[in-house]
Amino acid sequence: MRDAHDADDKDPKAAAGAPAVEKAIAFDMLRRSVWLVPFVLIAATLIWGADGASSSAVAVGLVLVNLVLSALALSWAANVSLNAIMAVALGGFAVRMGLVTLVIVLVKDEPWIDLVALGVSVLVTHLGLLFWELRYVSASLAFPGLKPGTVKEARPS
Amino acid sequence: MLSTLAQQAPGELEAGLTAVGRGIVYGGAAIGPGVGIGIVVGNAITAMARQPEAAGMVRTTMFLGIAFTEALALFGFVLSFIISG
Repeated sequence: MRDAHDADDKDPKAAAGAPAVEKAIAFDMLRRSVWLVPFVLIAATLIWGADGASSSAVAVGLVLVNLVLSALALSWAANVSLNAIMAVALGGFAVRMGLVTLVIVLVKDEPWIDLVALGVSVLVTHLGLLFWELRYVSASLAFPGLKPGTVKEARPS
Repeated sequence: MLSTLAQQAPGELEAGLTAVGRGIVYGGAAIGPGVGIGIVVGNAITAMARQPEAAGMVRTTMFLGIAFTEALALFGFVLSFIISG
């Protein structure tokens, strides 16, 4: 209870009003996917053929839409309240898994879908983009002085 | 029970067991990340309530934590479809 009182004193609304970092990260990953996606598609084509390429395209679309939806929902919730963040994070997880299920159920019997290619592409794209982004995020958190823009601001004009 | 099973059409038992297996794989793969995301977000909210000025950094880590945890759910989910063929 004491912690809750302390939190009230510090105005949790201020925490909710921080810039939309989730959106920035998701759109950063979207930008990086422009470089990663061709490699995934080419690799899938070489390994599984044309079916692999189309399955990979579906997988990449799923991953990107999933990330962007998650970021938009969390950014919106962060502007509402801390409770909303919890609700949106857990509810959003269930809803997004439902969407992924729906998409895969719809396409799984199509002749141009290879489920193994789809699964591998989902994992490679999702983890690839996350690790790529993590490099930049962890570098920014560990060395804030190396953040782009910081040097310019520090320099006398 | 064995006589009942013996009356099944060929492949029916296999299809049923595959469906059960899919359910177990997907269910198991969804429970873990669900708990994981709950822990990540719960702790992030505690951190933001205690230190609102660090909210940007906490939310960055929280978002990446959620995304990494979700990879497990995606893995199990896709695996369940691969099992069924």
